[in-house]
Amino acid sequence: MTELDVASRPVIARGTRLQWEGAQGAHVLLYPEGMVKLNASAAAILTRCDGARTVAEVIGELERTYCAELGKDVLAFLTLALERNWLELRP
Amino acid sequence: MSAQVEEAPPKRPGPPLWLLLELTYRCPLHCAFCYNPTDFSGIGPELDTADWLRVLREARALGAVQLGLSGGEPLAREDLESIVAQAHDLGFYTNLITSGVGLTEGRLAALKEAGLDHIQLSFQDSTRRINDFLSSTRTFELKSRVAALIKKYRYPMVLNVVIHRLNIDHVEDILAMAERMGAEYVELANTQYYGWAWLNRAQLLPSREQLRRAEDATRRFRERVGSRMRIFFVVPDYFETRPKPCMNGLGQVFLAIAPDGLALPCHAARMLPGLAFPNVRDADIGSIWYDSPAFNRYRGEAWMRDPCRGCPERARDFGGCRCQAYLLTGDAANADPVCDRSPYHHLVSAIAGTAEQADHAVARGQPLLFRDYRAR
Repeated sequence: MTELDVASRPVIARGTRLQWEGAQGAHVLLYPEGMVKLNASAAAILTRCDGARTVAEVIGELERTYCAELGKDVLAFLTLALERNWLELRP
Repeated sequence: MSAQVEEAPPKRPGPPLWLLLELTYRCPLHCAFCYNPTDFSGIGPELDTADWLRVLREARALGAVQLGLSGGEPLAREDLESIVAQAHDLGFYTNLITSGVGLTEGRLAALKEAGLDHIQLSFQDSTRRINDFLSSTRTFELKSRVAALIKKYRYPMVLNVVIHRLNIDHVEDILAMAERMGAEYVELANTQYYGWAWLNRAQLLPSREQLRRAEDATRRFRERVGSRMRIFFVVPDYFETRPKPCMNGLGQVFLAIAPDGLALPCHAARMLPGLAFPNVRDADIGSIWYDSPAFNRYRGEAWMRDPCRGCPERARDFGGCRCQAYLLTGDAANADPVCDRSPYHHLVSAIAGTAEQADHAVARGQPLLFRDYRAR
């Protein structure tokens, strides 16, 4: 697997879907026979993982939106999301 | 604050997030471990397409989002593509749970076009001999071809293998087969003893030693493949001392609709006595889920007895499985006897103990009962 770095372009993994669920008041990730309800920060990150933005761009956008230094947190979450196969990296 | 200890008041449950449509009990296979009711051939006519589409709309409006399409063999329904298309348009994540029989390239292309998200393909074993014996069919090559088609259509490959005494020693080979096929997920689902599996329990329950070897093989395989392949190993709970949190509590997240329209809080719940399960032909999903006495019967904690009542673990396991409590103790409100705090736990230990004996049902030549249409 390609290593995650700031130039990577993460995208929601094949077979996985991210959508807003009004009944749960949250974004959820749907995958074969499973579902994860996302908190607001996880959703803010994953909705930007479109295979076009680089990790650096995702971090930049979030830092401008939330006026905070978030690089470390975002990278930690993306690493976890890759381990769980929620994301894949676009070559 | 007062120090009174009270039962948690019944809370309005969340929506039925997980909807399972058992579209038909018809199936070309005759698996000896099927959980379907053993009297399925006597159960009334299947819902028609319009009924299924209405069920989808009503459940989705409540918040249902994960959809399983199962059976029997769901491909036996010619309207499967229309059902998938409607589900996809409504925003469900659609899972087809299939033996692969009937999944031609033409149908797979049509299902992909309709928006099907994922296919779970069952295998009975890594060998043709056991696969074909257990399903009482010649389907091993067919399933292998279907597995290749699933990859060709770029679906995540999810294999489900029901594990029991006759194939548990092949777990290493089964995992190797899954790896060759490019599986992303493998479920090694130890048989749960309901329906046909209950009838065949003596032949299907593995020994503790077999189970230990299978767990070791699974662990070694996991260490080798890492996150490339996810392996779910569902333990046979007869060897446990704490019950499974069955369905996360009846009527909490899971709603199954049987082929005849009966709404059930668990696919095995039809067997529970004294509950008038509602039918989607007579009532809408909202009133079934929130208001029907059958769905409210085992919600909350008021139904619990000792040792569940007051047990610090009751919020974690909900007293285990109601069907297992009924099958083994004769009363669904008892604690699941898998729990070693249950006064009936010795029944489970005794069953697990029989699996250790050399003079066991297979050796005695007790026949395996294959799922068929004769009334039981």
